[in-house]
Amino acid sequence: MRTSLPLVVAEEMGADWSRVRVQQAHGDEVKYGNQDTDGSRSTRHYLMPMRQIGASARTMLEAAAAKRWGVPATEVKAINHEVVHDASGRRIGFGDLAADAAKQSVPSVESLKLKDPKDFRYLGKGEIRIVDLRDITVGKAQYGADVRLPGMKYAVIARPPVTGGKLVSFDGTEATKVSGVEKVMEVKGWPWPSKFQPLGGVAVIARNTGAAVKGRDALKIVWDDGPNGKYESVAYRAQLEEAARKPGLIVRKEGDVDAALKGADKVIVGEYYLPHLAHVTMEPPTAVADVKGDKAEIWAPLQSPGGTREDVAKTLGIPEENVIINVTLLGGGFGRKSKCDYALEAALLSKELGAPVKVQWTREDDVRNGFLHTVSAERIEAGLDKNGKVIAWRHRSVAPSIASTFAADTVHEAPFELGMGFVDMPFEIANIQCENPEAAAHTRIGWFRSVSNIPHAFAVQSMVGELAHATNRDQKDMLLELIGSPRLVNLSSVKDLWNYGEPYDSYPIDTARLRRVVELVADKGGWGRSVPKGHGLGIAVHRSFVSYIATMVEVSVDDKGKLTVPRVDTAIDCGTYINPERIQAQIEGAAIMGLSLAKHGEITFKDGKVQQGNFDSFPVARIDEAPLVTNVHIVPPSPDTPPSGVGEPGVPPFAPALINAIFAATGKRIRALPIGKQLEA
Amino acid sequence: MIKLKINGQEQSWDGDPDLPLLWFIRDEVGLTGTKFGCGQALCGACTVLVDKEAVRACITSVSDAVGREVTTIEGLHPTGDHPVQKAWRDLNVPQCGYCQAGQIMQAAALLIQNPKPSRDQIREAMAGNICRCGTYQRIENAVHLASTGV
Ligand code: FES
Ligand code: FES
Repeated sequence: MRTSLPLVVAEEMGADWSRVRVQQAHGDEVKYGNQDTDGSRSTRHYLMPMRQIGASARTMLEAAAAKRWGVPATEVKAINHEVVHDASGRRIGFGDLAADAAKQSVPSVESLKLKDPKDFRYLGKGEIRIVDLRDITVGKAQYGADVRLPGMKYAVIARPPVTGGKLVSFDGTEATKVSGVEKVMEVKGWPWPSKFQPLGGVAVIARNTGAAVKGRDALKIVWDDGPNGKYESVAYRAQLEEAARKPGLIVRKEGDVDAALKGADKVIVGEYYLPHLAHVTMEPPTAVADVKGDKAEIWAPLQSPGGTREDVAKTLGIPEENVIINVTLLGGGFGRKSKCDYALEAALLSKELGAPVKVQWTREDDVRNGFLHTVSAERIEAGLDKNGKVIAWRHRSVAPSIASTFAADTVHEAPFELGMGFVDMPFEIANIQCENPEAAAHTRIGWFRSVSNIPHAFAVQSMVGELAHATNRDQKDMLLELIGSPRLVNLSSVKDLWNYGEPYDSYPIDTARLRRVVELVADKGGWGRSVPKGHGLGIAVHRSFVSYIATMVEVSVDDKGKLTVPRVDTAIDCGTYINPERIQAQIEGAAIMGLSLAKHGEITFKDGKVQQGNFDSFPVARIDEAPLVTNVHIVPPSPDTPPSGVGEPGVPPFAPALINAIFAATGKRIRALPIGKQLEA
Repeated sequence: MIKLKINGQEQSWDGDPDLPLLWFIRDEVGLTGTKFGCGQALCGACTVLVDKEAVRACITSVSDAVGREVTTIEGLHPTGDHPVQKAWRDLNVPQCGYCQAGQIMQAAALLIQNPKPSRDQIREAMAGNICRCGTYQRIENAVHLASTGV
């Protein structure tokens, strides 16, 4: 985004990208509007405003040049960082004009003439280097943890091991003896559900992070585990699965599913389970705060600068205008850094110490005290008539909701979760019913890249594979038959339909686009090609963040159950786009994240505590497990298709495509993630 | 008083000799290109060269580096144009970029030991370095490019 959005401005201005420098704005919603980098919406929401800003600047530069030369503005044109007057051959650089241009009145949005997309020099064209590329390769790029202020203290915090737990007492005697440790102090915590507020605990303040960590190891702490001290994953899974077998709140209903299932020739049932996941952004949460009197300044990797400013002000009891938010580079976000608890911790400590403080979360903190991806049981019953046509579809989804982070009594998925591949399921089936039985949360649940699309797409697209097998058909044919005719899906039966914040009419579910990505990936990936023994092909498609993505995976499973991925193909239709090279990068990365969660991802609880801690117990995919080749195929946009998401939509179809491929290779149907050792037997 | 050389410069330390080199480099010396990712030698984000070998600075103590040459990403090449760094830019490897200093140092160490690694050798040598953004395909291609020019 630091590259793509400025690129749009440069395009409309007629600027030369090689002479553009990007400066990061402070977090200021009043001045700049929403600056959040989550929900795969930055391009969707800012493509047009950035074009308008660029066009305004261009108009003002042209007006200033025309005035200087005494010619009509219609005779001059901004090209490649200069304004030129063709008739006289005169030209002036943008730099020379800047001061005059700034004095011109800002044109109204209606009067702006935007470039014709066919004249674009940069947008949609391919290789534009990210602006931080060089700095990253030489170690100069500044992330949150790289901020250093004079007199800054280093802090790590021992937080309650159980969400909702409280500090009873602590003894810091041994900790203070550790060389480099300066102080041990309590950090204020908020009661469950704590929203984005700190969990509280005991902070160790030191002259460097290493000393603070060593000091923390020497703390003696007594915790009260609170209401979630009995959270236990094996029992909880059984509870979710049990709930999925019973009727629940009906959130979509078309036709009569009960009757249709009763009258069906055959009913196929699939029960799926997906555990909690941790974001494990490569850069663990970290923040620097400098609080002086009623003023505060924050430096941190933040996906929600505006919300952070508001929360810092509220937490410290100072006016929002007195809070300056400096957004650093993010060493991975994936939704974790949309919650600013780590910045609030730094602010509280800095206030108390009267000095700048950096709070560093260790990897164990990140895994044990984060905002986890939900845990979910999904159950689909599909009824077939005697010709093998699907006539009934009942899907139950049971998962604790993100809304529980704000209201403890939440037991249903929120509309924004239901709308992620569950109630918006696009298949053309006469009788459809979606139900959402109750589930209470016992830990902090948060947005994780693609959010509820992960379990929903996994269930729906695995079921397509199961139906293909049951009716002896090709997976892709089955998928296309279920998608049905090219049409705009009518979802009028869904109350409170959530469409990624967009009006359904401007971003409806268009099954022609869904079909197109399936056809494209099948064509490019060579669907139906013969593969060696032990290999299999799998396919899945999913619409999320108003983009359409189909993934095809070739998998190989050897006789010991070792899984490798020789090839992945993904087709994406994300409407109008800016920088296709970065789309490719995002989709390559989504395959790796999909592979990580499918193979390894699982956070479990015992006695209310997370049982994992670092990359040994919560592994993610490494380079030696990565697909040998990942190909990305981008659907060229038709001129009037609005932009849609890229950052998240690549993740959901990967796991079901992989699982369908494993079935093709081995005849084993994996219904619970992660795969773990399930293939070894 | 402990003395060691980082990027050719003498540094001294009179604090805890067991302090992990990572925190000495980042917090005491102020070279922040070397990153913290796990603290347990599981992710490679903190990789530096000690006498031309890749080590995990998070589990190496300052005293282990006494009398040795430590090279961080900032000191890999005077103008930042080591063949690995160049290949990284040519292939647009980074996404968030946080893991990349460690990846680059690991790749540089590999090429010192094995100037023409095979694809399998690249994957094996780089397997200790996690990239949560999933840039592995490009990392592999970039190491290959740096070693062969193609
Ligand atoms: S921080 Fe040293 S290996 Fe992860
Ligand atoms: S580029 Fe983000 S972790 Fe590797």
